[in-house]
Amino acid sequence: MKQVLIEKDAYYDSVFLMLINREVKKIEGVNDAVVSMGTEMNITLLKDTGLADKELDGVTPNDLIIAIDGENEEVVASAMKAAKELMDKKSGGDEGEGYKPSSLEGAIKTVPDANLAIISLPGEFASREVRKSLNNGLHVMLFSDNISVESEIELKNLAKEKGLLMMGPDCGTAIINGKPLCFANVVRPGDIGVVGASGTGLQEITCAIEKFGGGITQGIGTGGRDLKNVQIGGTMMLMGIEALKNDDSTNVIVVVSKPPADVVAEKVIDALSKTGKPSVIHFIGLDPREQKGNLYFAGNLEEAAGMAVALSKGETYVERTYTIDRAEVDAIIERETKGMSGSQKYIRGLYTGGTLADEALIMFDREIGNIYSNNQSKKDFIPADPNKSIEHTIVDLGDDVYTVGRPHPMIDPSTREDRIKIEVEDNEMAVMLLDIVLGYGSHEDPAGAILDSLKAAKEKFAKDGGYLSIITSITGTEGDFQSIDATKSKLESIGCIVMPSNFQASTLALEIMRKVEK
Amino acid sequence: MDVKNINKLFKQDLSAVNLGLESFADNLKNEGVSAIQVQWKPPAGGNKEIADLLEKLDVIREKVDVAGANKKAAEIINNGKPTVVDISTAGKAIPGMRKKLFLHAGPPVTWDRMSGPTRGAVIGGLVYEGLAKTFEEAEKLAASGEIDFEPCHDHSTVGPMAGIVTFSMPVWVLENKAYGNKSYATLNEGLGKVLRYGAYSEEVLEKLRWMESDLAPILKKALDLYGELDMKNILAQVLQMGDEGHNRNRAGTSIFIREMAPYLVVLDEPKEKIQKVLQFLNANDHFFLNLSMPSAKCIIDAAADIEGSSICTTMARNGTDFGIRMSCTGSQWFVAPAPMVDGLYLPGYTEDDAAPDIGDSTITETIGIGGFAMAAAPAIVKFVGGTPKDAISITTKMYEITETENKIFQIPALDFRGTPTGIDILKIVETGILPAVNTGIAHKKPGIGMVGAGLVKPPEKCFNDAFKAFVEKYS
Repeated sequence: MKQVLIEKDAYYDSVFLMLINREVKKIEGVNDAVVSMGTEMNITLLKDTGLADKELDGVTPNDLIIAIDGENEEVVASAMKAAKELMDKKSGGDEGEGYKPSSLEGAIKTVPDANLAIISLPGEFASREVRKSLNNGLHVMLFSDNISVESEIELKNLAKEKGLLMMGPDCGTAIINGKPLCFANVVRPGDIGVVGASGTGLQEITCAIEKFGGGITQGIGTGGRDLKNVQIGGTMMLMGIEALKNDDSTNVIVVVSKPPADVVAEKVIDALSKTGKPSVIHFIGLDPREQKGNLYFAGNLEEAAGMAVALSKGETYVERTYTIDRAEVDAIIERETKGMSGSQKYIRGLYTGGTLADEALIMFDREIGNIYSNNQSKKDFIPADPNKSIEHTIVDLGDDVYTVGRPHPMIDPSTREDRIKIEVEDNEMAVMLLDIVLGYGSHEDPAGAILDSLKAAKEKFAKDGGYLSIITSITGTEGDFQSIDATKSKLESIGCIVMPSNFQASTLALEIMRKVEK
Repeated sequence: MDVKNINKLFKQDLSAVNLGLESFADNLKNEGVSAIQVQWKPPAGGNKEIADLLEKLDVIREKVDVAGANKKAAEIINNGKPTVVDISTAGKAIPGMRKKLFLHAGPPVTWDRMSGPTRGAVIGGLVYEGLAKTFEEAEKLAASGEIDFEPCHDHSTVGPMAGIVTFSMPVWVLENKAYGNKSYATLNEGLGKVLRYGAYSEEVLEKLRWMESDLAPILKKALDLYGELDMKNILAQVLQMGDEGHNRNRAGTSIFIREMAPYLVVLDEPKEKIQKVLQFLNANDHFFLNLSMPSAKCIIDAAADIEGSSICTTMARNGTDFGIRMSCTGSQWFVAPAPMVDGLYLPGYTEDDAAPDIGDSTITETIGIGGFAMAAAPAIVKFVGGTPKDAISITTKMYEITETENKIFQIPALDFRGTPTGIDILKIVETGILPAVNTGIAHKKPGIGMVGAGLVKPPEKCFNDAFKAFVEKYS
C-alpha cells in the first residue's frame, strides 16, 4: 500500500526532512518512506524505487513530497499523520545541551577568574589534577583520600612554592571567605580564624563559636596528616597561621588537630606565638598546657570555641563543663538512670564524625578505660569484627572499614541505622551516644532518618523492663538548611537528650555510666 | 614564608572549579558562589598504559618546551595566508607528479585494501588518463602494481572523498604568502555521479574532460584578470555567513561566483560556454570545498616539523583507514580503521549503504574551521543531532583541545570569539575529547555518490599512538 502526498510551495530544509524521514521509517509496518523536496534528483529516485510515479508530474523543487509504502492502509495513514505532526512541531530552540567543560583547563578557559579547585575524584587520579590546579594558580581543597604521603609532600611543597592553599588530602571541611566548602556549616562572619587538621573538629568549633556569639573569618582545613607526619611537618597549618597573621580581619586564631608529632607541635606553637594575636590551641587527646603569652590551650573542642569567643570579645574565659544548670544536669541523670535494668551496663557510641568520635573515645578511655573502638590507638581494643560491639564501644562509622561500597554515614544515615538495629539486640547497652552533624554535605535530615530506629530501640528496652538512655548533640547552626530547631525537636520528641555540644553530651554520658556502675 | 596569594584569596569573591561530587558545586551555588562543574573522565578513557604515560609527560614538559613549540605552531597557523595564485594541471604543478602516479585521500593504502569509492575513482582515472581502454582493463592495471598510489598529503595536495588526483586533471594552485609553501587540489566536480564518490561511467569521464577543456581554462582566464584570490579573507567572511567550510559551502561558493563574475563576462569566449561555467558553479554548493581544503592544507603545512610540537597537522581518511600526523613527527602516519559516520541519510539510503569515513576534507578541522566552527553554521546543526545550542556546545568543547583561538576566523554566535585552532594531540589524550568532525557519507559501492552526512568520531587509537610516539621521542 503506497500513498503520495504533495504539498505545493512548502519549502523545508533538507536536513530537517532527513530527520523526519528517519523517524517515519522507524514506524512499525512502514516498508519505505521518502520525505523530501521535489528536486530532480529526488524525483528520479522516487521513480526508480517505485514509490511514486505519475503523482510527481509538475512537481517543482519548492514542493514537498511525502511518499510512504506501508503494510496496510492504517499504517500508511498513521505514518502520514506522524510525518505531518513532526513537520509542524516547533523546533526546540534553546533545548539543546549547554556546554560543560571536560577538563580543568577547559573550566579555567570558561571561567578565567576561578581561584579555587575542589577535588573529590578517586585518589589515583586526584594528585594530577591538584598539580595542574596549583600550576594554574588555583588554591585547592582536596577532599579525596587514598593519596600517598609522598604525593602529599610533593603537592604541599608545590603549594608552598606558589603560596597557595592545598587543603587536604582527606579534607572534608573548610570555610573560605565565609563560604562553606564540602562538609561545612553556615557560620556568622566575625574575627576568629580557624585552622584545623580535623573535619568534624572544625565543624564543631565553628558552630560553637557562633553559638557563643562569635563569628569567623576563615576556616582552613589542612588534612589529617599535616601535623601527624614529620615529613609533611605541618606545612599547610603553618601557611594557614601565617595567612591569618597577615589578615587584618582576623583578631583571634584557633588551631585544632588530632595529636601532632612533637616537633611539629612545637613549630606550630612557635608560629602562633609569633603572630602576636591571641591564639587558642586544641590538640585532641593532649592535656592542655598553661597559658603562655598570647597562647591559650583548650581541653576540648567546645572550650576552644569558648576561649576564642571570650578573647574576641575581650572577656575572660571561665572554665566550665556544662553550659546548662548543674541542677538540670542532675535531674537528667536521675531521670535517665532510674528505669534501667540491672543488666544494662555499657556505653555504645555510634558516631558519624571522626573527630567527635575521638573526643568521646579519649574521654571515656581516660575516665573509665578499656573502651573498644575502630579508632583505638591500643590495638587490643580494636574489635575483631567492626560490626560487633564489645562491652564499652565507641565507633567512628565514617571509617573506611564501614564505608566500603557505601557513602559516608553523614551522607547516607542507613549505615548508622543498621548499626542501631544491631545494638538494640544487646540488652547490656545502657547509653547510646550519638552525634548529629548538620550543614552542607550532610544528609537533608540526619535525625529524622534514624528517628524510627531510635524510637524502636527505646520501646524495645522499655518492653524488656529497662530504659535506654540516648544522649546526642547537634553540630550545626541556625543558618544550616536542615534546621537545627526542627532537628532538636524531633530528637526530644522521642525522649532523646540533646546536649549543647559533643563534649557536654560525652560528659553527661560519662556521668550516667558512672552512676550505672555504682 | 610567602602566603600573599592566600591573603589575596581572602579579599576576592570565591570562584570554584569542582571536580568530583557535583553536590559540592550545587552547595556553593546555593550560597551565591560561582562554581563550575567539570564533566571529568579518567584520562585516556581509563586506559592504564596511556594514563601512566601521562605521568611521564609531566616530566617531559619540564625539559622540553612543549608549550613554546605549540605556541609557535599556533602562531604559524594564525599567520598563514593562503592565496589562490593559479589554475594549472596536476602534471605541471604538483612536484613529483607523473602519469602513472595516482594520488588518493587519506593515509597510504594499497589496491588490495582500497575501499569501493577509491577503487571506482582509480578505475575512472585510468580510463580518463588513457592508461586503459576499458574499465575491466583499468581494474587489471590498477591491481598489476604498475600504478603507484601515494597519499595526496605527501604531495602538498588534498582531495575530497576518494581524492583521486591524476596527471591531466586541472588543479588549484595556492601559495601561503606568509611562509611560501604551496598546496593543490582538483576542481570540485559537483554532485551526483562523480569520480570522488567512485563513479566512473562515461558520463563521469565526460564531465572530467569538460572540466579540463572548458571549465579550468575559462576560470583560469578570469582568475588571471582578477589577480590573486585572498582565501583567508573569504574564509573569514563565509564563517559569518553560515558556512563552516567543510559541510556547508553555500556562502563560499556564492562569494566565489560574485568575485569571478565580472571577469568571466568579459572573456573572449562563447557566451554559452561562460553560461555553462556559471551554471555549473551555481548548481554546486560544494564548489568552494575544493578551495577551503587546499587553503587549510596551505596553512597547516607551514606548521609541520616543529620540534616538540604536539599539534595535529593532518587528519585524513581513505575509506579504509583514518590517519593523522603530528608536527614533531613530520610525515609519520598514525592510523586506525576508518569509522562509520553517524549521520542522516538522503532519501532512499540507510546505514547499510554507507562506506566507512573517507576523504581529506578533515584538513579543515586542523585549522579551526569545519566541525570546530559548527557554531557558525546553524543551518546544518541537524547533522549533529539537534539545536543551535548543540552546535555551540561542540565548538566550545573544542577549545579544550586546541592551542589557541583564531585571530581571523570568528563566530558571531560566540560574540565573535575566534574559532578553536591548533589541535593539540596531548590535550586530546588528556581530556578524552576527540576532535569534532562533520563530513559527507559516500555510498560503499563505487559510483553511487553521496548518501548522507553527519558526525564522525575519529578513532582514539590514532591519537593514543601519536601520543605514545611523542612520549617515546622525548623520554
